[in-house]
Amino acid sequence: MYRYDEQDHKLVRERVAQFRGQTERYLAGELKEEEFLPLRLQNGLYVQRLAPMLRIAVPYGLMNSAQVRRLAHITRKYDKGYAHFTTRQNVQLNWPNLEDVPDILAELAEVEMHAVQTSGNCIRNTTTDQFAGVARDELVDPRPYCELIRQWSTFHPEFAFLPRKFKIAVCGADQDRAAIRAHDIGVQIVKNDKGEVGFQVLVGGGLGRTPILGVAIRDFLPETHLLSYLEAIVRVYNQLGRRDNKFKARIKILVKAMGAEEFARRVEAEWEQIKDGADELTPEAIRWAKRFFPEPEYKSIANGHGEAVLRDHAGEDKAFARWLERNTFPHRVNGYQAVTLSTKPTGIPPGDVTDRQLEAIADLADKYSFGEIRVTHEQNVVLADVEQEKLFELWQEARKNGFATPNIGTLTDMICCPGGDYCSLANAKSIPVAEAIQRKFDDLDYLYDIGDLDLNISGCMNACGHHHIGHIGILGVDKKGEEFYQVQLGGSSNEKASLGKVLGPSFSRDEMPNTIGKILDVFVENRHPDELFIDTYNRIGLQPFKERVYAKAS
Amino acid sequence: MPKPAKPSVKKPVGEQPENPAKLILDGAVTDNQWNLLPLGGEEEVTAENLAPGKVILPLSVWLELRDQLQERGEDIGVWLDSDETVDLIGEYAAELPLIAAHFPAFTDGRAFTVGRLLRERYGYTGEVRAVGNFIRDQLTYLTRCGFNAFAYQGDQPLERLLESTSDFTDSYQAAVDQPLPIYRRRALA
Repeated sequence: MYRYDEQDHKLVRERVAQFRGQTERYLAGELKEEEFLPLRLQNGLYVQRLAPMLRIAVPYGLMNSAQVRRLAHITRKYDKGYAHFTTRQNVQLNWPNLEDVPDILAELAEVEMHAVQTSGNCIRNTTTDQFAGVARDELVDPRPYCELIRQWSTFHPEFAFLPRKFKIAVCGADQDRAAIRAHDIGVQIVKNDKGEVGFQVLVGGGLGRTPILGVAIRDFLPETHLLSYLEAIVRVYNQLGRRDNKFKARIKILVKAMGAEEFARRVEAEWEQIKDGADELTPEAIRWAKRFFPEPEYKSIANGHGEAVLRDHAGEDKAFARWLERNTFPHRVNGYQAVTLSTKPTGIPPGDVTDRQLEAIADLADKYSFGEIRVTHEQNVVLADVEQEKLFELWQEARKNGFATPNIGTLTDMICCPGGDYCSLANAKSIPVAEAIQRKFDDLDYLYDIGDLDLNISGCMNACGHHHIGHIGILGVDKKGEEFYQVQLGGSSNEKASLGKVLGPSFSRDEMPNTIGKILDVFVENRHPDELFIDTYNRIGLQPFKERVYAKAS
Repeated sequence: MPKPAKPSVKKPVGEQPENPAKLILDGAVTDNQWNLLPLGGEEEVTAENLAPGKVILPLSVWLELRDQLQERGEDIGVWLDSDETVDLIGEYAAELPLIAAHFPAFTDGRAFTVGRLLRERYGYTGEVRAVGNFIRDQLTYLTRCGFNAFAYQGDQPLERLLESTSDFTDSYQAAVDQPLPIYRRRALA
């Protein structure tokens, strides 16, 4: 993974000093509340319902074990002993004291971490595929490009006060596991017919109140021009994006109002002026970035050996077999497999882990996966490079630490925002809904029969829980001071991305588990053999679900 | 009841920049030599009634009077409101000793692009001045974007503001102060 050199260390130290000064001036009354607000947001610090919330950056979701141990220490020393993984592959602390934040940042800086640009109207943490570098369907490893984007966007002097937040995601594989169509900019790595690496560039995606999927404005951008092109897009947006209305300020609104063609024309015109300038990614710069993501020192393992060992273990232990099926992912190297540690056992807020669990993750990573950890946008944790021969042993340890719930990709592996329990924007709680659904559907055989199903829950229309792109999406709404939940069906976040459609009138929290049950009944009754929920939905449409859910009791 | 007649007023102008007596220029506190003419005055500005001395005109006024003001040369500067882009001045920039960019609110970051484009695209070497409601903590980025003058109108002493012009001593990306981004410098090392 990327390692800091003296310049990175210096920049992050200077940022800590800058923020320490800003916090002191704020506490001394020299910096007004409204002036401190964007400054603290650009350091990941929110003031929430109950306490401040600090969002720590995990560039493209990648951490080493020392960093995870430091997070464990920070949660113990400055917080309540737990942390939360977010859908931007970041980490959140829910209870720090404002006065302690500069010290927390200083502790993070020691292990090459920070909270820079995890919030605010600036370019946020770039996200990517959690299986980058190991997936079999990968064309090119996206991480070096993500790192270059990180460097280009960090403390960008021109783009720190954009009309609104700005999110970039990069995908290097056939299957889009980074939801790039739901981002302000989505970058898809492609090759042209000469075999040269380049990028398809999508703009104008985003969730929130007005969900829109990104559209391609360029089908092949040569590799050397990635950053100049991004700069051109953000520059056009900075100049022309709306600033009169917060809810119309995202780039998606500009692209829609202007039309994608006209927007593309303006970007190209701007880019023409800068494409051979300082932002050009020279072959040396690309080589330099790639140097940080070398292949780990894999053992040479005979084809089929690992699978044979796994078959034996799986044959003896059904629980292991289930876990193996749901929580591991094929690896491009013989004898290896990627593992997803589930943070979604029933009854724990999705994405929450304790200090002890963070330490356990670090230990597992050191022991089994070259000391490296990835956070997924589904709020789980991936150990990407595990020998198949060690999977049984790892599973037993993961189980002891509460990470082996074999539900990855199933209904109970939900994306869920912190909701009304923590967030001051939320209209409704989301964690109790997630828990009630998990409790109702705790039969693993049933879950496996249902198969892959994305259920996403947001506590308000800001859509942090990505409800628009869940196969089943749940949105918390406020009706005259009471919390209700709207259901959407048919969303999808992958390369065939789609936005969900509202099923009908909303439900009380108590009605939610049964409502989901009825939706699943319709699916089970209508599915063709081996069909997934989303495929059945796409075939039969919303109506059959609607009829069942809103049928009057006879 | 009849509806009240609509008052016949001109479209209201937005927040106007102030023109403080002192400012920061090239890293030092100094007297402000310029007068700034806000938009929306009572009387229409003409080449004849424009007061003598150094004056910063709104872009729209300057575009109107440019030909008539040629002999005032070094005394005429221009300020851009936040919805006015640099290409509206474009090649004319070289005629001007001073171009100012307005922050109606400090969160309106369009002026950052103004600074960079003036310096990098139009090779502008005159004074680039920030006016309006920017805050101290923006000075470091404004400097990177090519601003060398800060007509600060907030309530902090200018000497304290100077502390924030170099919060960072290095940078990741190229800008006016740094011709090569860090990844290219490192690749060369």
